[in-house]
Parts: sequence; structure tokens; C-alpha cells
Amino acid sequence: MSSRWSRLGLLLALGFLILAPLEFKRYGLYILSQWAVMTIAAMGLNLTLGYAGQVSLAQGAFVGIGAYCAAILTTNGWPLAAAIVLALALGFAIGWLLGYPALRVQHHYLAFVTLAFSTLAFLVFRNEAWLTNGTDGIDGVPRPSVFGLSLKPHLYYYYFCLFVLACVTLAMLGLVRSPWGRAFVALRENPMRALSLGVDTRRYTLMAFALGSALGALSGALYAPLVGLVEPPAFTLTLSLNLLMMVIVGGSGYFLGPFLGALIAVLLPEWLRFLESYYLILYSLLVMGLLIYSPTGLIGIVDRHIVRRRTRAASAARASLSASIEAP
Amino acid sequence: MAPVLEVANIKKRFGGINAVDGVSFEVREGEILGIIGPNGCGKSTLFNCILGQLQPSEGEVKLDGRVTTGLRPCDLNRLGVSRTFQLLQIFPKLSVRENLILAAQEHKGTMLSRLFGPRDAGLSAAADQMIDFFKLGALADEPASGLSYGQQKLLDAAMAFMAGPRLVLLDEPAGGVNLTMLANLKDRLKAFNLERGATFVVIEHNMDFVMSLCSRVIVLAEGRLLAEGLPAEVRANPSVIEAYLGH
Repeated sequence: MSSRWSRLGLLLALGFLILAPLEFKRYGLYILSQWAVMTIAAMGLNLTLGYAGQVSLAQGAFVGIGAYCAAILTTNGWPLAAAIVLALALGFAIGWLLGYPALRVQHHYLAFVTLAFSTLAFLVFRNEAWLTNGTDGIDGVPRPSVFGLSLKPHLYYYYFCLFVLACVTLAMLGLVRSPWGRAFVALRENPMRALSLGVDTRRYTLMAFALGSALGALSGALYAPLVGLVEPPAFTLTLSLNLLMMVIVGGSGYFLGPFLGALIAVLLPEWLRFLESYYLILYSLLVMGLLIYSPTGLIGIVDRHIVRRRTRAASAARASLSASIEAP
Repeated sequence: MAPVLEVANIKKRFGGINAVDGVSFEVREGEILGIIGPNGCGKSTLFNCILGQLQPSEGEVKLDGRVTTGLRPCDLNRLGVSRTFQLLQIFPKLSVRENLILAAQEHKGTMLSRLFGPRDAGLSAAADQMIDFFKLGALADEPASGLSYGQQKLLDAAMAFMAGPRLVLLDEPAGGVNLTMLANLKDRLKAFNLERGATFVVIEHNMDFVMSLCSRVIVLAEGRLLAEGLPAEVRANPSVIEAYLGH
């Protein structure tokens, strides 16, 4: 029954995402596009954090790398498609190079290493003016055309972002349902046992980190034409922490977690705008309250309910089976 | 023919303590070797040294005549050595079948074929056979957390057998299992040994279990080899009785 409900929910959400924006004004479209773009980065971080269990504070830096990649290439006349492919490759390669030494340490040590990388990336964005135009940033990032149709209108660019998000979602679904997904669950839940069953935990963790970084860069490559201006302050530690919060609030390790987390992180500041600068206080109180009530995030609340029902059914099956085995 | 496993003068020191202090033994093809000894005599540390979970301070481990000291546990597993742990180590969120598929998927194909290949890595049939073999039939699709302790213990053993290992190291398989389940487990271990020719090394405290399962027994005390022989010989050995019962 739960699968029928989730299918219905999925259809409703998809219908909303496609139809509702037709009525939206410019700002609403911008917010919704931002949600789609941030969801991609959060999905990447969810792979690193939620599936492979590695805390990374560098996801914002990878978004920056992708954004600069797209901004530099498209302002030099390259098509966005080429920039997207290059951003993915660059994110993967840099993620791999960073992860190779960094993943030898774990937990808060890894957080420190990625924090250092985040700072390093910011310094490069700000100081290497020959490449990034320094503090002025790169203005006038153009929006692409697809089959001769210009994506300049906000509505069209939103659909483009939504399309890329759909592709990423399908690819991610394939990934977590493949044997890789099973290996990720295993190395998160019990790395020692996974290792003793032949799972090369170091290799899988590295792949999760590199793929997660590539998605961060992809998100950046979509962000650049959305905003039009790419400048260093957008990709500081704040963005990394924001993405981390999206993953944790939504439900780290749950497939739908990043979608929900990004929605809240993008919408809540808008809804709480009337509080002006007090909104951060309320926001952090809400997050703390949520994490005390449900450390596994919003999806975790739903999941607990489903698991409780399943366990009850399983106990019944078990009781009847042990009765048949243990009967004399 | 070279023995399946050769352990030569393994030592493991933790600070000033010699947890394992120069142990040597061989395991021959197809036998079930029992390792017994009082708590803290170094049995589990010895296992961890053999399996690459710990690096021995001195000594050498050979598998089929090839030195394997220094290899990681995942490499050893892919060479055909699997194990169970003293405490249950299953994946509670995965179903029984998924636990079993996981236990063998890394033995097939490459990283790429596991990414783009079928979801079950072509192991569903093998997993179902193992489920039948361990009589867990009705529970195949249940999350492992829904099983009773004894059933989880069976699943834990089944996972160690899933990839068709030549050598299985079992750390206290009988611990905390009720008598009915114990008979069931012993029966399955013996059947696996006979039908598939797998070699076992078993750490166990339950003497009856060891005596009825193992073909040979070695006794450890304070990190050293105290005695070795047929189960009945070892049981009658005065120094073994002393080590177990004290002075």
C-alpha cells in the first residue's frame, strides 16, 4: 500500500513542478529553479554523507568550481552543454584527487581536510584574477539555446533545470539500486563487516566522494546561467554548511531527503522574511528542534512509521516460522 | 599438498602485553579445526591477525603456500577466506536476501559491471539456495532486523558461506544460541563441510559443540599453544584442564 501512496505522491509532485510555474511570476520561478539546482548539489552530498558516511564541508566549493567552469567557458563562446560535461569531469577529477589522500582520515578529521579545501577554493576564486576576474566576479553569464530555442525566459530555464534534475534523479536511482548502492549501505552501517565480505571500502568511499563532487559541480554549472553573475562570496563555507543542513534536515541517507531539505532551505528564508534578521534564530531553533525529535531528518519521521508497521508484520511471520521449526 | 592455511610464529603485542605470543599451526584441506582456550587467551586476536584486520607484530600467514600477511581483509576475502565475528554482524536494514547478495557481489565482475550490471549481480538464485540451505525460506524478503537472534546467527553464517569460500573462520558461532538452533547450526556447518569441501577453523567455548563438530583441536593459553590433538585427547589433557579450571 505504501508504494501506491508514494507513487501517487510522486505524480502529484511532478504535476505541480511542471504545471504550477506557468502561473508563477519571475521571483517564484527563480526560487523554484534555485531549488532544482540546489537539490542536485544536495543529492551529491547525500551520496558522500548519507550513503558513504563521510562528512564533507567542501560541497559548496565544488558548486563554485562548476559555476566558474560554466561562466568562463560560456562567456568565451562555448555552449553550456560542453561546460556541463567539463564541470562534471572536473568535479569528479578534483573530488578523486582530494579524496584519495583525505579519505585516509575519517569523521571530524575529514571535515577539517574538506574545510581547508573549501577555504583554498575560495582563495583561488578571489585571488586568481586572470582566470576568475577576482572579486568582481564574472558577469553576464549567458543562458543557452536548445535546438534553436533560447532558454532566456525564466520559465524555459526553469524547465531546463528541472529536466537536468530529472536526469540526475534517474541516474542516482540506478546507482543506489545497483550493487554499488548495497555496498554503500554496507560500508555505512558496518564497515568492518563489509570489508570482511570483500567490499573494498576505501574504493567505494572514494567513488562516492568523487561522484558527489561531480554533482556539486554540475549544480554550479546550472547555477551560473540562472543567476548570471558568478562571484567568490557565493561559494564560501556558508554554502557548504547550507548544503550539509539540507541533507541532514531532509534526511541523510534517504533518497528523497535532499529534495525536501533543499525545498526547506530555499523556501523557509522566504516565508520567514517578515522576521528580518531574526529569521536565522528561528531557523536554527527549528532545525535543532527537528534534530532532537528526529535525528534522521524529516524523511526519517515517515520511515520510522513505516518500519514500525513492517516490524510488526515481520514479528508475526517470524513467530509462525519458529513455531514450525522448533516444534518437536 | 600444501596446507590451506599455515600460521608461523604469529606474535601480536598491544603495548607491553603479548596478546598472541608465537603461535604456529597448520590447517589441512577439508578439516574442521577447533581453537579453544580461556577468555583473553588471544583467540580472537589470532583470528584478526590471520584475516588482516590486525597486522601481526611478527610472524607470517600463508594461504595455499602464498604469504598473505599485510593484505587487507577485503583482498583476503576475495582469495576465498571468509569469517564470522564473535558478535553478530549482519546488516539489519537490508533484507535476508540482500544480505546474502552483498556477501558475494564483490566476487563477481568488476566495479564497472557492478555499476551497470543487474541489480542482484546475478546472485538471486544462489542467495535463494543459501536461504533454503539454512532453512530461512519464509524470511527471504524480511529486513534482517526482524529475525530472532538464532535466525540472525544462521544468516551471519550463511553470509560467510555465500561466496563459496575455501576457508571459513568462525568466531564463537554457538554463543547465545538456544539448543534447537545450535543443533540446526551444527548440522548445517557439517553439511557444508562435507558437500562443498570447505575448510573450517572454529573458535568456541561450548565444549560439546567443539567435541562433536571438530576433527582436531588446538588449545591456547596466555597467547601460546598449550596442546593440540583429537578432541578426546585434548579433553583428557591435564594441562588443558588446569588452564581452564585454574590451580
